[in-house]
Amino acid sequence: MSHAPFILAAYSIGAIVLFWCAVAPLVKKKAIARDIRRLIQIEDRSRDPNS
Amino acid sequence: MFIHKMGSPPWFYDFTGKFIPWFWLIFAALTAWGLYLGLVKAPADYQQGESFRIMYLHVPAAWMSMLIYSSMAVMGFIALVWRIRIVEILAMASAPIGAAFTIVTLTAGSLWGRPTWGTYWVWDARLTSELVLLFLYLGVIGLYNSIDEPRKAARAACLLAIVGAVNLPIIHYSVKWWNTLHQGSSISLLGGSSIDASMLWPLLIMAVATKFFYAANLLTRARVTLLEQDKRKAWVREILKEKN
Amino acid sequence: MNAEPLGGSLSKAFFALLRRDLLLAFRRRTELLFPVIFLLVVVSLFPLGIGPGPQLLARIAPGVIWIAALLATVISLDALFRSDFEDGTLEQYVISGHPLTLIALAKIVSHWLVAGLPIVLLSPLLALWMNLPTESLGVMILTLALGTPILSLIGSIGVGLTISLKRGGQLLSLLVFPLYVPILIIATAAVMAVSDGLPYTQFLGLLVAGLITSVTLAPFAAAAALKISLS
Repeated sequence: MSHAPFILAAYSIGAIVLFWCAVAPLVKKKAIARDIRRLIQIEDRSRDPNS
Repeated sequence: MFIHKMGSPPWFYDFTGKFIPWFWLIFAALTAWGLYLGLVKAPADYQQGESFRIMYLHVPAAWMSMLIYSSMAVMGFIALVWRIRIVEILAMASAPIGAAFTIVTLTAGSLWGRPTWGTYWVWDARLTSELVLLFLYLGVIGLYNSIDEPRKAARAACLLAIVGAVNLPIIHYSVKWWNTLHQGSSISLLGGSSIDASMLWPLLIMAVATKFFYAANLLTRARVTLLEQDKRKAWVREILKEKN
Repeated sequence: MNAEPLGGSLSKAFFALLRRDLLLAFRRRTELLFPVIFLLVVVSLFPLGIGPGPQLLARIAPGVIWIAALLATVISLDALFRSDFEDGTLEQYVISGHPLTLIALAKIVSHWLVAGLPIVLLSPLLALWMNLPTESLGVMILTLALGTPILSLIGSIGVGLTISLKRGGQLLSLLVFPLYVPILIIATAAVMAVSDGLPYTQFLGLLVAGLITSVTLAPFAAAAALKISLS
Protein backbone atom coordinates (compact mmCIF):
# COMPACT_ATOMS: atom_id res chain seq x y z
CA MET A 1 0.00 0.00 0.00
CA SER A 2 1.31 3.42 -0.89
CA HIS A 3 2.27 5.50 2.09
CA ALA A 4 1.80 8.79 0.30
CA PRO A 5 -1.90 9.41 1.15
CA PHE A 6 -1.16 8.84 4.83
CA ILE A 7 1.73 11.27 4.84
CA LEU A 8 -0.37 13.78 2.93
CA ALA A 9 -3.33 13.35 5.27
CA ALA A 10 -1.18 13.69 8.38
CA TYR A 11 0.53 16.86 7.24
CA SER A 12 -2.71 18.34 5.89
CA ILE A 13 -4.55 17.82 9.15
CA GLY A 14 -1.53 19.22 11.00
CA ALA A 15 -1.48 22.26 8.76
CA ILE A 16 -5.22 22.88 9.10
CA VAL A 17 -5.25 22.53 12.89
CA LEU A 18 -2.20 24.74 13.40
CA PHE A 19 -3.40 27.28 10.86
CA TRP A 20 -6.73 27.57 12.63
CA CYS A 21 -4.86 27.85 15.95
CA ALA A 22 -2.79 30.73 14.57
CA VAL A 23 -5.67 32.56 12.92
CA ALA A 24 -8.40 32.22 15.59
CA PRO A 25 -7.15 35.09 17.80
CA LEU A 26 -7.01 37.40 14.78
CA VAL A 27 -10.65 36.69 14.00
CA LYS A 28 -11.47 37.42 17.63
CA LYS A 29 -9.54 40.68 17.43
CA LYS A 30 -11.76 41.87 14.58
CA ALA A 31 -14.86 41.03 16.63
CA ILE A 32 -13.47 42.93 19.63
CA ALA A 33 -12.71 45.98 17.46
CA ARG A 34 -16.31 45.89 16.26
CA ASP A 35 -17.53 45.62 19.84
CA ILE A 36 -15.44 48.58 20.95
CA ARG A 37 -16.66 50.73 18.08
CA ARG A 38 -20.24 49.92 19.06
CA LEU A 39 -19.45 50.72 22.69
CA ILE A 40 -18.05 54.10 21.66
CA GLN A 41 -21.20 54.81 19.64
CA ILE A 42 -23.42 53.96 22.60
CA GLU A 43 -21.37 56.11 24.94
CA ASP A 44 -21.38 59.06 22.53
CA ARG A 45 -25.11 58.78 22.09
CA SER A 46 -25.80 58.67 25.82
CA ARG A 47 -23.56 61.64 26.46
CA ASP A 48 -25.34 63.75 23.85
CA PRO A 49 -28.87 62.41 23.32
CA ASN A 50 -29.73 65.19 20.89
CA SER A 51 -27.17 64.18 18.28
CA MET B 1 12.08 46.96 36.59
CA PHE B 2 11.57 44.94 33.42
CA ILE B 3 9.25 42.52 35.19
CA HIS B 4 7.30 45.37 36.70
CA LYS B 5 6.86 46.95 33.29
CA MET B 6 5.59 43.66 31.87
CA GLY B 7 2.78 43.85 34.35
CA SER B 8 1.41 46.95 32.66
CA PRO B 9 -0.98 45.89 29.89
CA PRO B 10 -0.29 48.67 27.42
CA TRP B 11 3.45 48.21 27.83
CA PHE B 12 3.16 44.45 27.41
CA TYR B 13 0.96 44.92 24.36
CA ASP B 14 3.38 47.30 22.78
CA PHE B 15 6.57 45.40 23.63
CA THR B 16 5.46 41.95 22.53
CA GLY B 17 3.88 43.26 19.35
CA LYS B 18 7.35 43.95 18.01
CA PHE B 19 8.49 40.34 18.37
CA ILE B 20 5.54 38.53 16.87
CA PRO B 21 6.29 39.09 13.17
CA TRP B 22 9.90 37.96 13.71
CA PHE B 23 8.80 34.82 15.48
CA TRP B 24 6.47 33.95 12.60
CA LEU B 25 9.26 34.57 10.12
CA ILE B 26 11.71 32.32 11.96
CA PHE B 27 9.02 29.65 12.33
CA ALA B 28 8.29 29.72 8.60
CA ALA B 29 11.96 29.59 7.64
CA LEU B 30 12.81 26.75 10.01
CA THR B 31 9.73 24.77 9.02
CA ALA B 32 10.51 25.12 5.35
CA TRP B 33 14.09 24.00 5.93
CA GLY B 34 13.14 21.17 8.26
CA LEU B 35 10.41 19.82 6.02
CA TYR B 36 12.67 20.03 2.99
CA LEU B 37 15.31 17.98 4.77
CA GLY B 38 12.76 15.60 6.20
CA LEU B 39 10.40 15.08 3.30
CA VAL B 40 12.72 15.42 0.37
CA LYS B 41 16.30 14.77 1.33
CA ALA B 42 16.20 12.12 4.02
CA PRO B 43 16.25 8.59 2.62
CA ALA B 44 13.36 6.18 3.18
CA ASP B 45 13.54 4.15 6.37
CA TYR B 46 14.76 0.57 6.11
CA GLN B 47 11.90 -0.90 8.14
CA GLN B 48 9.03 1.51 7.74
CA GLY B 49 9.34 2.85 4.23
CA GLU B 50 8.12 6.34 3.55
CA SER B 51 5.59 6.60 6.36
CA PHE B 52 8.26 7.41 8.92
CA ARG B 53 8.31 10.91 7.43
CA ILE B 54 5.21 11.58 9.51
CA MET B 55 7.62 11.47 12.44
CA TYR B 56 8.80 14.99 11.57
CA LEU B 57 5.33 16.24 12.40
CA HIS B 58 4.29 13.75 15.07
CA VAL B 59 7.32 13.90 17.36
CA PRO B 60 7.78 17.69 17.51
CA ALA B 61 4.03 18.05 18.06
CA ALA B 62 4.21 15.51 20.89
CA TRP B 63 7.13 17.35 22.48
CA MET B 64 5.23 20.63 22.22
CA SER B 65 2.07 19.14 23.73
CA MET B 66 4.06 18.21 26.82
CA LEU B 67 6.22 21.34 26.91
CA ILE B 68 3.20 23.61 26.69
CA TYR B 69 1.40 21.80 29.47
CA SER B 70 4.42 22.14 31.74
CA SER B 71 4.82 25.82 30.90
CA MET B 72 1.09 26.33 31.47
CA ALA B 73 1.36 24.68 34.87
CA VAL B 74 4.43 26.71 35.84
CA MET B 75 2.76 29.94 34.75
CA GLY B 76 -0.36 28.83 36.58
CA PHE B 77 1.65 28.36 39.75
CA ILE B 78 3.25 31.81 39.44
CA ALA B 79 -0.11 33.37 38.66
CA LEU B 80 -1.78 31.78 41.67
CA VAL B 81 0.98 32.54 44.15
CA TRP B 82 1.86 36.07 43.03
CA ARG B 83 -1.54 37.00 41.57
CA ILE B 84 0.01 38.46 38.40
CA ARG B 85 -2.68 39.15 35.84
CA ILE B 86 -0.50 38.95 32.75
CA VAL B 87 0.82 35.54 33.78
CA GLU B 88 -2.78 34.34 34.25
CA ILE B 89 -3.53 35.47 30.74
CA LEU B 90 -0.42 33.78 29.32
CA ALA B 91 -1.25 30.53 31.10
CA MET B 92 -4.80 30.49 29.78
CA ALA B 93 -3.66 31.42 26.27
CA SER B 94 -1.34 28.41 26.28
CA ALA B 95 -4.12 25.89 26.76
CA PRO B 96 -5.71 25.95 23.30
CA ILE B 97 -2.28 25.90 21.65
CA GLY B 98 -1.28 22.86 23.66
CA ALA B 99 -4.57 21.16 22.84
CA ALA B 100 -4.01 21.83 19.14
CA PHE B 101 -0.56 20.24 19.25
CA THR B 102 -1.99 17.27 21.13
CA ILE B 103 -4.64 16.76 18.47
CA VAL B 104 -1.99 16.94 15.75
CA THR B 105 0.11 14.41 17.66
CA LEU B 106 -2.80 11.99 17.93
CA THR B 107 -3.95 12.25 14.33
CA ALA B 108 -0.43 12.11 12.89
CA GLY B 109 0.37 9.15 15.11
CA SER B 110 -2.83 7.41 14.05
CA LEU B 111 -2.07 7.95 10.36
CA TRP B 112 1.49 6.75 10.92
CA GLY B 113 0.25 3.60 12.62
CA ARG B 114 -2.04 2.50 9.81
CA PRO B 115 0.51 1.86 7.03
CA THR B 116 3.23 0.81 9.43
CA TRP B 117 1.47 -1.49 11.87
CA GLY B 118 -1.91 -1.99 10.18
CA THR B 119 -4.15 -0.14 12.62
CA TYR B 120 -5.29 3.45 13.07
CA TRP B 121 -5.47 3.18 16.79
CA VAL B 122 -3.82 1.05 19.42
CA TRP B 123 -3.94 1.50 23.15
CA ASP B 124 -0.20 1.72 23.65
CA ALA B 125 1.41 3.70 26.44
CA ARG B 126 2.35 6.75 24.40
CA LEU B 127 -0.90 7.27 22.50
CA THR B 128 -3.00 6.60 25.58
CA SER B 129 -1.01 9.07 27.67
CA GLU B 130 -1.34 11.61 24.89
CA LEU B 131 -5.11 11.09 24.81
CA VAL B 132 -5.34 11.63 28.56
CA LEU B 133 -3.25 14.78 28.11
CA LEU B 134 -5.81 16.02 25.58
CA PHE B 135 -8.59 15.47 28.12
CA LEU B 136 -6.61 17.44 30.71
CA TYR B 137 -6.25 20.34 28.28
CA LEU B 138 -9.94 20.26 27.41
CA GLY B 139 -10.77 20.34 31.10
CA VAL B 140 -8.69 23.48 31.65
CA ILE B 141 -10.19 25.17 28.60
CA GLY B 142 -13.71 24.11 29.59
CA LEU B 143 -13.36 25.34 33.15
CA TYR B 144 -11.86 28.67 32.07
CA ASN B 145 -14.67 29.25 29.59
CA SER B 146 -17.47 28.40 32.00
CA ILE B 147 -16.74 31.04 34.66
CA ASP B 148 -17.82 34.54 33.74
CA GLU B 149 -15.40 36.64 35.75
CA PRO B 150 -12.06 36.41 33.91
CA ARG B 151 -9.65 36.57 36.84
CA LYS B 152 -11.64 34.08 38.85
CA ALA B 153 -11.91 31.82 35.84
CA ALA B 154 -8.15 32.01 35.26
CA ARG B 155 -7.36 31.22 38.88
CA ALA B 156 -9.65 28.18 38.89
CA ALA B 157 -8.24 26.89 35.62
CA CYS B 158 -4.65 27.49 36.77
CA LEU B 159 -5.31 25.41 39.85
CA LEU B 160 -6.69 22.66 37.66
CA ALA B 161 -3.62 22.89 35.41
CA ILE B 162 -1.30 22.50 38.39
CA VAL B 163 -3.26 19.51 39.69
CA GLY B 164 -3.05 17.99 36.22
CA ALA B 165 0.68 18.63 36.02
CA VAL B 166 1.30 16.87 39.32
CA ASN B 167 -0.81 13.97 38.10
CA LEU B 168 0.75 13.78 34.68
CA PRO B 169 3.90 11.80 35.57
CA ILE B 170 1.76 9.48 37.68
CA ILE B 171 -0.67 8.98 34.81
CA HIS B 172 2.17 8.44 32.38
CA TYR B 173 3.87 5.77 34.46
CA SER B 174 0.68 4.01 35.36
CA VAL B 175 -0.30 3.82 31.70
CA LYS B 176 3.17 2.46 30.89
CA TRP B 177 2.83 -0.18 33.57
CA TRP B 178 -0.74 -0.96 32.43
CA ASN B 179 0.59 -1.51 28.96
CA THR B 180 3.22 -4.01 30.04
CA LEU B 181 0.73 -5.71 32.33
CA HIS B 182 -1.83 -6.44 29.63
CA GLN B 183 0.39 -7.97 27.00
CA GLY B 184 -1.12 -5.62 24.50
CA SER B 185 0.78 -4.74 21.36
CA SER B 186 4.06 -3.40 22.67
CA ILE B 187 4.46 -0.91 19.90
CA SER B 188 6.77 1.96 20.39
CA LEU B 189 6.22 4.51 17.70
CA LEU B 190 9.88 5.37 17.42
CA GLY B 191 10.82 1.73 16.94
CA GLY B 192 13.69 0.12 18.77
CA SER B 193 16.43 1.21 16.37
CA SER B 194 18.52 4.30 16.99
CA ILE B 195 17.90 7.23 14.71
CA ASP B 196 20.33 7.96 11.93
CA ALA B 197 21.88 11.44 11.82
CA SER B 198 20.21 12.38 8.54
CA MET B 199 16.89 11.68 10.24
CA LEU B 200 17.79 13.55 13.39
CA TRP B 201 18.56 16.96 11.93
CA PRO B 202 15.13 17.64 10.41
CA LEU B 203 13.59 16.48 13.69
CA LEU B 204 15.57 18.96 15.74
CA ILE B 205 14.90 21.78 13.29
CA MET B 206 11.16 21.10 13.45
CA ALA B 207 11.37 20.93 17.23
CA VAL B 208 12.87 24.44 17.36
CA ALA B 209 10.43 25.69 14.71
CA THR B 210 7.41 24.65 16.76
CA LYS B 211 8.73 26.61 19.71
CA PHE B 212 8.61 29.77 17.62
CA PHE B 213 5.06 28.90 16.60
CA TYR B 214 4.15 28.65 20.26
CA ALA B 215 5.85 31.95 21.10
CA ALA B 216 4.19 33.85 18.25
CA ASN B 217 0.75 32.36 18.82
CA LEU B 218 0.95 32.71 22.60
CA LEU B 219 1.80 36.40 22.45
CA THR B 220 -0.89 37.04 19.83
CA ARG B 221 -3.53 35.36 21.98
CA ALA B 222 -2.38 37.13 25.13
CA ARG B 223 -2.56 40.53 23.43
CA VAL B 224 -6.03 39.85 22.08
CA THR B 225 -7.21 38.75 25.53
CA LEU B 226 -5.85 41.98 26.99
CA LEU B 227 -7.75 44.00 24.39
CA GLU B 228 -10.91 42.11 25.19
CA GLN B 229 -10.66 42.41 28.95
CA ASP B 230 -9.64 46.08 28.86
CA LYS B 231 -12.26 47.03 26.23
CA ARG B 232 -13.41 50.02 28.22
CA LYS B 233 -10.01 51.31 29.17
CA ALA B 234 -8.35 54.31 27.62
CA TRP B 235 -5.24 52.54 26.37
CA VAL B 236 -7.30 50.19 24.21
CA ARG B 237 -9.28 53.11 22.77
CA GLU B 238 -5.97 54.80 21.92
CA ILE B 239 -4.78 51.74 20.02
CA LEU B 240 -8.03 51.49 18.10
CA LYS B 241 -7.73 55.15 17.13
CA GLU B 242 -4.13 54.66 16.05
CA LYS B 243 -5.20 51.75 13.86
CA ASN B 244 -7.79 53.95 12.11
CA MET C 1 -40.98 37.54 20.81
CA ASN C 2 -42.71 40.70 22.07
CA ALA C 3 -43.99 41.70 18.65
CA GLU C 4 -45.52 38.29 17.98
CA PRO C 5 -49.26 38.13 18.79
CA LEU C 6 -50.07 35.57 21.42
CA GLY C 7 -51.76 33.48 18.76
CA GLY C 8 -49.34 32.93 15.89
CA SER C 9 -49.26 29.68 13.96
CA LEU C 10 -48.08 26.47 15.58
CA SER C 11 -45.22 25.82 13.21
CA LYS C 12 -44.00 29.40 13.49
CA ALA C 13 -43.85 29.05 17.25
CA PHE C 14 -42.11 25.71 16.98
CA PHE C 15 -39.37 26.98 14.71
CA ALA C 16 -38.97 30.21 16.63
CA LEU C 17 -38.37 28.25 19.79
CA LEU C 18 -36.02 25.87 18.04
CA ARG C 19 -34.03 28.76 16.60
CA ARG C 20 -33.81 30.45 19.99
CA ASP C 21 -32.51 27.34 21.71
CA LEU C 22 -29.95 26.63 19.02
CA LEU C 23 -28.77 30.25 19.03
CA LEU C 24 -28.38 30.18 22.81
CA ALA C 25 -26.47 26.91 22.61
CA PHE C 26 -24.25 28.31 19.89
CA ARG C 27 -23.41 31.36 22.00
CA ARG C 28 -21.98 29.14 24.66
CA ARG C 29 -20.17 27.01 22.13
CA THR C 30 -17.68 25.57 24.60
CA GLU C 31 -20.51 24.14 26.65
CA LEU C 32 -21.71 22.26 23.60
CA LEU C 33 -18.53 20.26 23.76
CA PHE C 34 -18.94 19.04 27.33
CA PRO C 35 -21.18 16.04 26.52
CA VAL C 36 -18.89 15.23 23.59
CA ILE C 37 -15.78 15.22 25.74
CA PHE C 38 -17.60 13.24 28.40
CA LEU C 39 -18.45 10.61 25.80
CA LEU C 40 -14.83 10.39 24.65
CA VAL C 41 -13.47 10.19 28.19
CA VAL C 42 -15.93 7.52 29.31
CA VAL C 43 -15.24 5.27 26.34
CA SER C 44 -11.48 5.58 26.75
CA LEU C 45 -11.80 4.58 30.39
CA PHE C 46 -12.89 1.10 29.36
CA PRO C 47 -9.67 -0.04 27.71
CA LEU C 48 -7.80 1.52 30.62
CA GLY C 49 -9.86 -0.45 33.09
CA ILE C 50 -10.09 -3.71 31.20
CA GLY C 51 -6.93 -3.89 29.13
CA PRO C 52 -6.25 -3.07 25.50
CA GLY C 53 -6.67 -6.63 24.21
CA PRO C 54 -8.35 -6.18 20.84
CA GLN C 55 -10.67 -9.19 20.96
CA LEU C 56 -12.03 -8.35 24.40
CA LEU C 57 -12.64 -4.75 23.40
CA ALA C 58 -14.39 -5.86 20.22
CA ARG C 59 -16.75 -8.10 22.18
CA ILE C 60 -17.82 -5.41 24.63
CA ALA C 61 -17.75 -2.56 22.10
CA PRO C 62 -21.49 -2.32 21.35
CA GLY C 63 -22.38 -2.28 25.03
CA VAL C 64 -19.67 0.17 25.99
CA ILE C 65 -20.53 2.65 23.24
CA TRP C 66 -24.23 2.49 24.04
CA ILE C 67 -23.71 2.84 27.79
CA ALA C 68 -21.46 5.83 27.17
CA ALA C 69 -24.22 7.29 24.98
CA LEU C 70 -26.75 6.78 27.78
CA LEU C 71 -24.52 8.45 30.34
CA ALA C 72 -23.71 11.37 28.07
CA THR C 73 -27.40 11.89 27.31
CA VAL C 74 -28.44 11.85 30.96
CA ILE C 75 -25.77 14.39 31.80
CA SER C 76 -26.94 16.79 29.13
CA LEU C 77 -30.64 16.27 29.84
CA ASP C 78 -30.71 18.33 32.99
CA ALA C 79 -29.75 21.40 30.99
CA LEU C 80 -32.80 20.83 28.79
CA PHE C 81 -35.21 22.93 30.76
CA ARG C 82 -33.20 24.11 33.73
CA SER C 83 -32.05 27.56 32.60
CA ASP C 84 -35.50 28.38 31.25
CA PHE C 85 -37.02 27.22 34.49
CA GLU C 86 -34.67 29.26 36.60
CA ASP C 87 -35.19 32.57 34.85
CA GLY C 88 -38.94 32.21 34.49
CA THR C 89 -39.00 31.72 30.73
CA LEU C 90 -40.75 28.39 31.16
CA GLU C 91 -43.68 30.04 32.91
CA GLN C 92 -43.85 32.56 30.10
CA TYR C 93 -44.16 29.69 27.67
CA VAL C 94 -47.04 28.25 29.67
CA ILE C 95 -48.85 31.58 29.72
CA SER C 96 -48.17 32.25 26.04
CA GLY C 97 -51.11 30.16 24.97
CA HIS C 98 -49.07 27.90 22.75
CA PRO C 99 -49.53 24.23 23.61
CA LEU C 100 -46.89 23.17 26.09
CA THR C 101 -46.59 19.92 24.13
CA LEU C 102 -45.26 21.84 21.17
CA ILE C 103 -42.80 23.67 23.35
CA ALA C 104 -41.61 20.42 24.86
CA LEU C 105 -41.18 18.93 21.39
CA ALA C 106 -39.14 21.93 20.23
CA LYS C 107 -36.89 21.62 23.25
CA ILE C 108 -36.46 17.89 22.69
CA VAL C 109 -35.47 18.45 19.08
CA SER C 110 -32.89 21.07 20.04
CA HIS C 111 -31.56 18.75 22.75
CA TRP C 112 -31.10 15.95 20.26
CA LEU C 113 -29.38 18.24 17.77
CA VAL C 114 -26.97 19.45 20.44
CA ALA C 115 -26.45 16.25 22.46
CA GLY C 116 -27.67 13.25 20.48
CA LEU C 117 -26.45 14.04 17.00
CA PRO C 118 -22.83 14.48 18.13
CA ILE C 119 -22.99 10.98 19.59
CA VAL C 120 -24.06 9.59 16.24
CA LEU C 121 -21.35 11.56 14.45
CA LEU C 122 -18.62 10.52 16.88
CA SER C 123 -19.55 6.85 16.85
CA PRO C 124 -17.07 5.89 14.13
CA LEU C 125 -14.23 7.22 16.30
CA LEU C 126 -15.58 5.35 19.32
CA ALA C 127 -15.94 2.23 17.19
CA LEU C 128 -12.29 2.58 16.19
CA TRP C 129 -11.18 2.90 19.79
CA MET C 130 -13.22 -0.09 20.89
CA ASN C 131 -12.14 -2.17 17.92
CA LEU C 132 -15.73 -2.71 16.75
CA PRO C 133 -15.72 -5.03 13.73
CA THR C 134 -16.15 -2.97 10.59
CA GLU C 135 -19.19 -4.89 9.39
CA SER C 136 -21.06 -3.84 12.53
CA LEU C 137 -20.30 -0.15 12.14
CA GLY C 138 -23.24 0.63 9.86
CA VAL C 139 -25.77 -0.95 12.19
CA MET C 140 -24.08 0.70 15.17
CA ILE C 141 -24.57 4.13 13.63
CA LEU C 142 -28.13 3.24 12.69
CA THR C 143 -29.05 2.12 16.21
CA LEU C 144 -27.60 5.33 17.59
CA ALA C 145 -29.42 7.45 15.00
CA LEU C 146 -32.72 5.77 15.88
CA GLY C 147 -32.07 5.37 19.57
CA THR C 148 -30.68 8.74 20.67
CA PRO C 149 -33.90 10.61 19.73
CA ILE C 150 -35.79 8.09 21.86
CA LEU C 151 -33.39 8.84 24.70
CA SER C 152 -34.08 12.57 24.35
CA LEU C 153 -37.83 12.01 24.16
CA ILE C 154 -38.14 9.73 27.17
CA GLY C 155 -35.55 11.70 29.07
CA SER C 156 -37.56 14.89 28.71
CA ILE C 157 -40.35 13.33 30.75
CA GLY C 158 -37.90 12.70 33.56
CA VAL C 159 -36.54 16.22 33.30
CA GLY C 160 -40.05 17.67 33.41
CA LEU C 161 -40.73 15.79 36.62
CA THR C 162 -37.52 16.74 38.38
CA ILE C 163 -36.97 20.26 37.12
CA SER C 164 -38.22 22.01 40.23
CA LEU C 165 -36.24 19.85 42.65
CA LYS C 166 -32.95 20.89 44.18
CA ARG C 167 -31.17 17.60 43.60
CA GLY C 168 -33.15 17.10 40.44
CA GLY C 169 -30.18 16.04 38.39
CA GLN C 170 -29.31 13.04 40.53
CA LEU C 171 -32.90 11.90 40.84
CA LEU C 172 -33.24 12.25 37.08
CA SER C 173 -30.68 9.51 36.40
CA LEU C 174 -32.50 7.20 38.78
CA LEU C 175 -35.81 7.82 37.04
CA VAL C 176 -34.60 7.60 33.52
CA PHE C 177 -32.14 4.68 33.45
CA PRO C 178 -34.81 1.98 33.98
CA LEU C 179 -36.75 3.49 31.11
CA TYR C 180 -33.65 3.31 28.95
CA VAL C 181 -32.98 -0.38 29.57
CA PRO C 182 -35.12 -1.70 26.70
CA ILE C 183 -33.41 0.63 24.21
CA LEU C 184 -29.99 -0.47 25.42
CA ILE C 185 -30.91 -4.15 25.13
CA ILE C 186 -32.43 -3.92 21.68
CA ALA C 187 -29.72 -1.69 20.22
CA THR C 188 -26.81 -3.78 21.47
CA ALA C 189 -28.60 -6.98 20.40
CA ALA C 190 -28.82 -5.58 16.88
CA VAL C 191 -25.12 -4.74 16.69
CA MET C 192 -24.00 -8.02 18.21
CA ALA C 193 -26.25 -9.94 15.83
CA VAL C 194 -24.38 -8.42 12.90
CA SER C 195 -20.99 -9.61 14.08
CA ASP C 196 -22.43 -13.05 14.91
CA GLY C 197 -23.90 -13.26 11.43
CA LEU C 198 -27.46 -13.51 12.75
CA PRO C 199 -30.53 -11.62 11.51
CA TYR C 200 -30.75 -8.15 12.99
CA THR C 201 -33.49 -6.29 11.13
CA GLN C 202 -36.13 -7.22 13.66
CA PHE C 203 -34.25 -5.24 16.28
CA LEU C 204 -34.03 -2.22 14.03
CA GLY C 205 -37.76 -2.55 13.44
CA LEU C 206 -38.36 -2.46 17.17
CA LEU C 207 -36.27 0.68 17.44
CA VAL C 208 -38.27 2.36 14.68
CA ALA C 209 -41.49 1.41 16.44
CA GLY C 210 -40.10 2.79 19.69
CA LEU C 211 -39.17 6.03 17.99
CA ILE C 212 -42.61 6.51 16.46
CA THR C 213 -44.32 5.75 19.75
CA SER C 214 -42.18 8.09 21.77
CA VAL C 215 -42.43 10.92 19.25
CA THR C 216 -46.22 10.77 19.47
CA LEU C 217 -46.56 10.20 23.21
CA ALA C 218 -43.54 11.58 25.04
CA PRO C 219 -44.11 15.31 24.38
CA PHE C 220 -47.55 15.07 25.97
CA ALA C 221 -46.13 13.34 29.00
CA ALA C 222 -43.29 15.85 29.24
CA ALA C 223 -45.75 18.75 29.03
CA ALA C 224 -47.88 17.21 31.75
CA ALA C 225 -44.78 16.72 33.88
CA LEU C 226 -43.77 20.36 33.40
CA LYS C 227 -47.25 21.58 34.34
CA ILE C 228 -47.04 19.60 37.56
CA SER C 229 -43.59 20.94 38.33
CA LEU C 230 -44.65 24.52 37.68
CA SER C 231 -47.83 24.31 39.70
